Amino acid sequence: MFILIVGAGRVGSSVARSSLAAGHTVSVLDEDPLSHERLEVGMDRTWEEAGGRFTVGHGMEVDALTEAGILDADVFIASTDGDNTNLTISQIAQKHYEVEKVIVRVMDPARAAWYREQGLHTICPTQHAIEMFTSALGEIG
Amino acid sequence: MYVIIAGGGKVGWNLARELIDKGNEVTLIESRRTRYLTIEQELEHAVQYGDATELWVLERAGIQRADLCIAVTGDDEDNLLICQIAKEKYLCERIIARINNPRNRPWFELLGIQPAVSATDLILRLIEHEVPSYGLVHLLDLRDEQLEIIEVEVLQNSPAAGMAVQDMNLPEGALIISLLRAGRGFVPKADSIIEAGDEVLLVLDPGLEDAITARFAPSDRDAA
Repeated sequence: MFILIVGAGRVGSSVARSSLAAGHTVSVLDEDPLSHERLEVGMDRTWEEAGGRFTVGHGMEVDALTEAGILDADVFIASTDGDNTNLTISQIAQKHYEVEKVIVRVMDPARAAWYREQGLHTICPTQHAIEMFTSALGEIG
Repeated sequence: MYVIIAGGGKVGWNLARELIDKGNEVTLIESRRTRYLTIEQELEHAVQYGDATELWVLERAGIQRADLCIAVTGDDEDNLLICQIAKEKYLCERIIARINNPRNRPWFELLGIQPAVSATDLILRLIEHEVPSYGLVHLLDLRDEQLEIIEVEVLQNSPAAGMAVQDMNLPEGALIISLLRAGRGFVPKADSIIEAGDEVLLVLDPGLEDAITARFAPSDRDAA
């Protein structure tokens, strides 16, 4: 599979590394050139030597998306640090570029729930944290 | 009319002031605390503190009963999301979004966020209108209908000057709908003669502007 990941923070870069290790084609798009270094943490060779792709740019820019290979992408992952950016670019990937599988990280549980109803595959880490805290408190009694 | 405005920058604050002066009920939402406190000294209860991309903030502002939602923050993704949520979740009848980066316009259109206003585009239109050598003015874009109405000035050395409408040989998808001469407009017949100094109104399929400019602009336009 060709996986395009926009936003290589802690989450995005880890998903990128494990996807590459699993044998997928992985392209990463991030505004910050420094995030290229984060991709290589724990690797014994460069990201490119390992077969990965990296593009500097914003997920709303047509040129950056094209360079990062959105036209060939089977999976689009939106994992920047902005909920609204993630929700916008994932809808662009889904509706304009017709990427088959679009997964979007949304920190706000309310927006994550509503956009899930609209057909986006949202992942809400906050909701998971809430459930884990609640369950941990339940175990205490 | 009840209007919710997201973003208390210069645009949002002045819009709120104007709309209140015209007798509308307005709630302005501003997410920066210091900015909110400044605006609150003037607008008092008409401004609320919060992030307008959060559903509960919109609900607290009364989005369910809003007649119009205007998103004018400095962030295009925020403006897009606010309007999308207002329109599709809260069924707000009318929305207006601000585009900060004109290159994002296609995304507003893709997601049905209309009308979307870009200051850059507006100033470009003004330049087209104010600089006559440019020759061609957009009067109206009917985006949904895929048509536009433009105005072209016929200069002295224009190839169109002295030509009958039927001899203009316009491209398919372009039609002259009116001639403006000496302050009066009329609908031309096929044999009406276009004169220098006329302003010609055309209805066009989008993308034909260059072909039209070539028919009306003097050949030495680029040298001038």
